[in-house]
Amino acid sequence: MKTMARARTPVLSTEAITKVYRSGPVAVHALAGVSVSLFEAEVVVLLGASGSGKSTLLNILGGLDQPTSGRVMFRDQDLSAVEDAALTEFRRKHVGFVFQFYNLVPSLTARENVALVTEIAGNPMPPEEALDRVGLSGRMDHFPSELSGGEQQRVAIARAIAKRPDILLCDEPTGALDSKTGITVLEALIGVNRDLGTTTALITHNAEIRRIADRVIYMADGRITKVEENSAPIAPSEVSW
Amino acid sequence: MRALDRKVLRDLRGIWAQCLAIAMVLACGVMVMVLSTGTQRSLTETRDAFYERHRFADVFAGATRAPRGLLSEIAAIDGVAQVEARIVFTAMVDLEGMVEPASARVISLPALGGPALNLPLLRTGRLPDPLQPDEVALSEPFAQANGLRPGDRFRAVLNGRLRELVVTGHLLSPEYIYTLGPAAMMPDDRHFGLIWMREPAAAAATDLDGAFNDLTLSLSRGAHEAAVIAAVDRLLAPYGGTGAHGRDRQMSHVFIEGELSQLGAMARVLPPIFLVVSAFLVNMVLGRLIALERRQIGLLKAIGYPTRTIVIHYLKMTIGIGLAGTLIGWGMGWWLGHGMTALYTEYFRFPWLDYRPGAAPMIISGLAAMGAVVLGAMRAVSAAVRLAPAVAMAPPAPPVYRRGWADALGYRLGLRQTTMMIVRSLTRWPGRAAVTLFGVAGSVAVLVASFVTFDIIDLVMEDIFDRTNRQHATLILHQPVKEQAELAALSLPGVLHAEGVYAAPVRVRHGQASKLVSLMAQDPDADLTRLLDPEGHPIPLPDSGVALPESLAAYLGLMPGDQVEVELLAPPRRPWNVTVTRVFRQSMGQDILMRRDTFFALMNETPQINMLHLAVDTSSLPALQTRIKQTPAITGFTLWADVRASMEATMNESLITMTIIFSGLGMLITIGVVYNAARIQLAERAHELASLRVLGFRRAEVGYVLIAEQMLLTLVAVPVGWLLGYWFAILMTQGFSTDIISLPMVISRSTYAQAALTALATAFVSVLMVRRRLDRIDIVTALKQKE
Ligand SMILES: Nc1ncnc2c1ncn2[C@@H]1O[C@H](COP(=O)(O)OP(=O)(O)O)[C@@H](O)[C@H]1O
Ligand SMILES: [Mg+2]
Repeated sequence: MKTMARARTPVLSTEAITKVYRSGPVAVHALAGVSVSLFEAEVVVLLGASGSGKSTLLNILGGLDQPTSGRVMFRDQDLSAVEDAALTEFRRKHVGFVFQFYNLVPSLTARENVALVTEIAGNPMPPEEALDRVGLSGRMDHFPSELSGGEQQRVAIARAIAKRPDILLCDEPTGALDSKTGITVLEALIGVNRDLGTTTALITHNAEIRRIADRVIYMADGRITKVEENSAPIAPSEVSW
Repeated sequence: MRALDRKVLRDLRGIWAQCLAIAMVLACGVMVMVLSTGTQRSLTETRDAFYERHRFADVFAGATRAPRGLLSEIAAIDGVAQVEARIVFTAMVDLEGMVEPASARVISLPALGGPALNLPLLRTGRLPDPLQPDEVALSEPFAQANGLRPGDRFRAVLNGRLRELVVTGHLLSPEYIYTLGPAAMMPDDRHFGLIWMREPAAAAATDLDGAFNDLTLSLSRGAHEAAVIAAVDRLLAPYGGTGAHGRDRQMSHVFIEGELSQLGAMARVLPPIFLVVSAFLVNMVLGRLIALERRQIGLLKAIGYPTRTIVIHYLKMTIGIGLAGTLIGWGMGWWLGHGMTALYTEYFRFPWLDYRPGAAPMIISGLAAMGAVVLGAMRAVSAAVRLAPAVAMAPPAPPVYRRGWADALGYRLGLRQTTMMIVRSLTRWPGRAAVTLFGVAGSVAVLVASFVTFDIIDLVMEDIFDRTNRQHATLILHQPVKEQAELAALSLPGVLHAEGVYAAPVRVRHGQASKLVSLMAQDPDADLTRLLDPEGHPIPLPDSGVALPESLAAYLGLMPGDQVEVELLAPPRRPWNVTVTRVFRQSMGQDILMRRDTFFALMNETPQINMLHLAVDTSSLPALQTRIKQTPAITGFTLWADVRASMEATMNESLITMTIIFSGLGMLITIGVVYNAARIQLAERAHELASLRVLGFRRAEVGYVLIAEQMLLTLVAVPVGWLLGYWFAILMTQGFSTDIISLPMVISRSTYAQAALTALATAFVSVLMVRRRLDRIDIVTALKQKE
């Protein structure tokens, strides 16, 4: 079924994008010509040294940022040519984000953090269902300050998937967590991908985690150096680090 | 140390707009102090100097005709320093090129030299020559308004004879700094003035040879004023004494005192609001800055900076705000003080009046401003002092939220999560919300109190001109005449209807309290002038007894049914006990009213009148005026349309200016409070708000979180401000009420609405200025900065 789904329809793709940060006379080429596609329902892991441009790429893919040159296509829509308001609509309808530092709203409970998104989405699942998916049905009425790091990250995942996004973008979701907690978070992500068919891109420092992906993209100095297909991804519980 | 100073400057640069907003609120407080106490001081000092140099009298009395021989007895009264007897009377003046008649109070000068008391100040020309009976000096404002220079001639009706008089000079008098004509409510220099005439001429004009009808006294140090007044009354009683009184009943003095007490009220009520709000704002902004810099503070402590240095470091910022506020306030106060003083010189005719606030208001306001900001800073800074270096270096614990009453409410109302964020933020930082609430409420209150003047003026004007005094003109007769003169008046050109009144000076007494007022004896079916009940509905004159205005009844402690002693201060000069049958709404003056037949039945005489109210066909007005000028029996003429016009002109000029200034002050509080609160919100929640943008919230939706919180607080503050404003308005009407005009307390719905809308609009604009910053925040950068 998965191979079928991966009948090579790109959901999101970039064509030779660059991103240059200028601060005074110095120009940092965060991305130096990246062409990449994310396909329907696949799990992609982005690997690379710190500063290699992974976050920059992910932010551009998710419509948080615009490339300096090149094109970003979401299905038939050219995202590199649209206004800020259209990018907001793109994020609102199609993208879920998970960051290293959960970015939960501290004044809202777990349930409310999820409801924050379901209230503005077109066809969301109930917040309770989203929280149930990440195994947090028991802590729905807790505030972020009352949850552990792993729990907070799972609330963030519930919040990202509750609107049934087309794409889930995760920037080092396990970066701040110990290995055991990290695994529960990864299990939540993979579970969502399997059940809902959400295209998932995941940045990590940890090379072991690449084994859960369908594809692994290696980055260095703002370029893609290698793409690896993984015919037999393993379950997160089998990863050890 | 130098590095720390550089940090102060950089910190200030980051939040300069917030600091400026606080400084402006502070400046308003300083400004009001410098303006009101400075103007008060200038006015008091000028007045006192003028009084002293020109020997303003202490006791004033009138009589019908008292022999000069009485003066030695009066001078012998214990406590009397100097005595000045004069002849004072009213005359109609016919001026070239002016259709309507003017009137003047004629005041006698001694046959030789100048008077001992109430010395007029010669501004131009000279005093009249004792040997030239036609020579007179004029009050400067009257002369200037009518273009009469020394050497010019004009005509006046003196004792029934038209005379041509020659102007010798212009004078100013301490007795007439504020000059009101008969039945006038505003100074009208064109139609009313003062004429000084040598005594022989004045005596000849009034048949008062060897007699006087006006007495002024100065008291020796330590004299007992009430005793002197009683003694003077006793001596003058056989000669038609109309009741001696002190400066507290002297028209010009009363008006100046009223103005001074208004300034005092302004100085007491307003500055505290601004100072308290500034103190809270400093506390809020500095508290936030210190919370943000706790790591830096820990670091400074760790590397050996003494706590004192750190405290001084933060106090320097505070003092910067205090200094800026003080300097701006001084500047604005100085500037407005000059403007206000200039405005006063139009009504108060001092020989000189400069705005000289002196050092005291400056020093006091500066100290108060500094005190307020330092006090506000203390709490915030003491938090920094208490921080242990190790604790300070650790990241701050995330804000802890707890479930509370707000949650149940939120679920019940089905609030959106963005709204829940607002509710939780309010309940999490109630102190901060309270500052905004208090500040905006204060602002609404100042706005209500400044807009309410229009309601009050509208009502006063309506009461005076539309409901009570519906006559077109009022004539004052040279002497009392039979009632039948009402009919004779109908033969004057254009007169449609005439109603006679007998006006007499009386002293009303109840227990220890007494007051000098006028008694108006009217037709029972008078229709031109009417009585109003306390709600403003016309009511008939009671069949018997006397009707008193509310303020007088309250002053004397009287209610309908009580007995009041009414002592007639004109012949036959005797007291009666009369029943109070009605208490009515006061509009102008404190006249008491009776039916004319009842009054003259008490006196056992045939009814008379000495005043006539007229309804006139306005097209015949010029003919009527010309005729009145040639009628010696008429010594006073008031055209109510003129009174109204001059009153409205004055109101428009001074009130609108004051309203603009006070509305500005009110709005500044809202700006200071809301802008700062929103800036702090934004700074603390930039990360949270940016993450909403990541989730796909539109700019407007994220802006809502920021705007709605401040607007919600503003909305809640509005009713609180209304209450506070109601209280301010009461204080204000009390401060402005005099015996001449008692201000009713009315606040219209539109005043409440305007105050609320102004505050809401101001709050909205203030928070929009902050929203612009929110829009400029770069999402990716904001997410990277993990607090
Ligand atoms: N806002 C920015 N301004 C300047 N340089 C930036 C900015 N964001 C990222 N960079 C630079 O771009 C490069 C790529 O950064 P990033 O995409 O965050 O790397 P990674 O996520 O792989 O660690 C780095 O050299 C980084 O310093
Ligand atoms: Mg990164």
